[in-house]
Amino acid sequence: MRIVTTRRISQGFFLALFLWFCVVATVGERLWQLRGWPINWFLELDPLTGLTSLLASGSLYAGLWWGAAVLALTLLVGRFFCGWVCPFGAMHQFVGWLGARSKPLKERVQRNAPHPAQQIKYFLLAFFLGAAMSDLAARLALGQVAASLAGALALGLVLLATRQGQGGRAYALAVGLVLAVWVAWSLLAPHGGAWLLAGLLDPIPLVTRSVNLVLLPLVDAPARVAWPVPRFYQGAGLIAAVFLAALLLNLWRPRFFCRFVCPTGALLGLVGRHALWRVGKKRARCGACLSCDGACSGAARPAGRLRPAECVLCLNCLDGCPENDITFAVKPSAGGEAAPDLSRRRVLTGLGLGLVTPPILSLSGVLGPGWNPALIRPPGSLPEDEFLRRCLRCGQCMRVCPTGVLQPAGPSFGLEALWTPVLNMTIGTSGCQPRCTACSHVCPSAAIRPITLDEKLGNGEYAAQGPIRLGSAFLDRGRCLPWAMDRPCIVCQENCPVSPKAIFTRVAWETVLGGLIAGPSSGNELAVSGKALKPAALASGDYYLQSGAERARIVANGAHSLGLTHGTDWRTPAPGTPLSVAVRLQRPYVDPARCTGCGICQHECPVSGKRAIRVSAENATRERSHSLLLKGAGPG
Amino acid sequence: MDRRRFLLRAGKAGLGVAAIGALGWWAHDGQGPSANIGQAEGVKLPSFAVKGTEKRLAVIKSSHRVPALRAGLEALGGIGAFVGAGHKVVIKVNAAFATPPALGATSNPELVAELVRLCLKVGARQVVVTDNPINDPASCFELSGIGPAARAAGAEVVLPHPGAFRPYTLPGGRLIKDWPLMYGPLAGADRLIGLAPVKDHHRSQASVTMKNWYGLLGGRRNVFHQDINGIISELGRMVAPSLVIADGVATLAHNGPTGGSLEDLRPTDTLILGTDQVAVDSVAVGLLGLKPAQVAWLGLAAQAGVGTTDYESLNPTKVELG
Repeated sequence: MRIVTTRRISQGFFLALFLWFCVVATVGERLWQLRGWPINWFLELDPLTGLTSLLASGSLYAGLWWGAAVLALTLLVGRFFCGWVCPFGAMHQFVGWLGARSKPLKERVQRNAPHPAQQIKYFLLAFFLGAAMSDLAARLALGQVAASLAGALALGLVLLATRQGQGGRAYALAVGLVLAVWVAWSLLAPHGGAWLLAGLLDPIPLVTRSVNLVLLPLVDAPARVAWPVPRFYQGAGLIAAVFLAALLLNLWRPRFFCRFVCPTGALLGLVGRHALWRVGKKRARCGACLSCDGACSGAARPAGRLRPAECVLCLNCLDGCPENDITFAVKPSAGGEAAPDLSRRRVLTGLGLGLVTPPILSLSGVLGPGWNPALIRPPGSLPEDEFLRRCLRCGQCMRVCPTGVLQPAGPSFGLEALWTPVLNMTIGTSGCQPRCTACSHVCPSAAIRPITLDEKLGNGEYAAQGPIRLGSAFLDRGRCLPWAMDRPCIVCQENCPVSPKAIFTRVAWETVLGGLIAGPSSGNELAVSGKALKPAALASGDYYLQSGAERARIVANGAHSLGLTHGTDWRTPAPGTPLSVAVRLQRPYVDPARCTGCGICQHECPVSGKRAIRVSAENATRERSHSLLLKGAGPG
Repeated sequence: MDRRRFLLRAGKAGLGVAAIGALGWWAHDGQGPSANIGQAEGVKLPSFAVKGTEKRLAVIKSSHRVPALRAGLEALGGIGAFVGAGHKVVIKVNAAFATPPALGATSNPELVAELVRLCLKVGARQVVVTDNPINDPASCFELSGIGPAARAAGAEVVLPHPGAFRPYTLPGGRLIKDWPLMYGPLAGADRLIGLAPVKDHHRSQASVTMKNWYGLLGGRRNVFHQDINGIISELGRMVAPSLVIADGVATLAHNGPTGGSLEDLRPTDTLILGTDQVAVDSVAVGLLGLKPAQVAWLGLAAQAGVGTTDYESLNPTKVELG
């Protein structure tokens, strides 16, 4: 079999496996449901995911060690992940092939010529590593060994990767200066934080998010395999725009994203550029037909001086060489090799920009006084600072959420929170279901740590600390029917899933109609004058006739007569007595000591636009500084 | 030659002109959209009541649901009196909340399964178990145990989806006007059985079999809570069921209708079956310590002729299973 056919089978297999994992991420036990499918495997394989998460959080959670395996194998054979495994790479390869298939060799050679913009991905890599290690020096001081070692590795990688040559002393000076400023500043700066921004462009989180939140909802709407009802994701357009742009740009340059953008590809390129086995020419001088250059996915120029860091191991060159002059061997290419087109200055600039970005974004106070109460995180979420150190923005939690209450945060939540999960109580099929912990168990990086049902509900050993609160519901009395409009309702109280309910009611009587005068009565029927009543309008059981301080329930009414039921203390009013009609209202109140912030009340509130009861993140368990009630004070 | 080419080209151009003109003519709308744009055609809901079974009522005292159901159906003339060979039977359960069966906020899955089996045993062609729950539908049917139990017993579980709803107007109704009704599972049905737990309800005092029809409505149905008694009585007028069953073996006596704790339940050891929804619910509210006269929606429904609150007048069969 031809080697490229093998490669295509491998790509097809891993792409299909990836899509299958997206489809089966539905809670359930059937074969096409979650069961035990390792739906995070591709995210875990992505070494940038693991590395940035390790740098920012100081730990390599669960399956993220798979990334180390990929890095190790890359040391041996180069960027096999890009060419043979990466599902996003497979999509690029396919679209790129569509765009290039009818082009003459000359044009293909031109399109595959190395381009200076290829160094953008190294810049992005340096930027994302910088953002993830922004406060690493402080962590180093705290003795976090794993993160420190990873930091040293990342720094070393980036710095060593930059072109050697003249000005070594000036270079060392510049690096030393940057490091010194960084260490001093991160130890002193009040605005901490090191954030995992890589997820914005990290290929596997990007493709996972795009398939889960855009592609799947589109194709599943008629099929109803992944979700029983159509699924909505706010801001899907922006996610789709990035995804489609990445795909369509392949028509202009094959593997556009891989060549110019992909920070994981950059990392693998740096690690794999001295790989033990590599692609190369057997002889320095060949026929120079350039068919290898015309077929090269990575713009690595196999016909000339090869750039091993750009080689994605597609092996098109090896397959297409008419003289069988290209091989995969332990020797460097006979045509010579070139280091990646890296400017030391640009890489350092990227790193520096990355280092300062979290502190700059922190200036808006998102971790302090400027925190956003609309940012309601799923149950089990870490405190916001820790959360942003881990969240990959992959969308797995939003995919698996049975109600669709978990949504990608839009740009209004800030760049640091873009596409991280936030609860939107109105767009899904319900609020956060009290007896569900699905998101916490699929999160690949423990930004949402795994919780048990007992912990979520505050049962068993968690009884003393109580349930996990996502926030608290607040009533908007200006919009609430019984508070503002004299209409009975209490749908929120009815649907509160907490026992005893976190929403209680107090009865209020409001006079809604006056100026009635008692007429003659017979039995429970009373004639009234003064005003004509709308027949049956007062007979709903919520309206009462008031005579002085006494009330009788109206159960029927004509234009000038009322049917009443009453207790023993009601005395039939004498003819001529002034009367009025009152409505009995049960007005809702929230007890924040019981409210878990699940948002079911908000979802069910009949005020259909901006709800009259809304959850916000005050009193959420994960942020102690946002708590609302004093312990041990008050009657509760 | 030139003339021929010209004629050919003129012919093609003429065809083009004609095609564009025809398309414009065909698509032309001189009226503009009407006010009720985008409304689907309304549906009618037939009566599912079985002739000759009117005014039947049975009250079974037992702490075991399945024997109580069998005894109750026996007392009403057997399941065969209601379901026959080739029938499509719809069982409207209460699957409103995503809570486990032990908490009693939803129809009991064993009871659902036994009813399904009994229907299939007497030759029903298809048994559909359905509801439009309040919480997430899929979670409700799975966590309440109703979904797995019904499927295992041979029923088809139908979840609400946008295509299932059709506008419905209750003849002479005040509230249910041009409102989305979950008609999908009801289409072509021969029999409709309501199966609901007896529950406390802060707004309406009690939620039993008539309130259970709320789960056939779609849209933002919660606006009807402004007139809860009115909507429950209209629901009673909307549905003429073949049979309703109120499960008061355990009553959700506090913190209803969601419950959430075993402490909210009280053992009341009663299963009520009947063809008169008002009578069945009137018996049921007694389990909550209420008299029918205290419950406004019972009075409104009785006034509207849905049934009687004076259930003793139906000579209910009372069975004690010990």
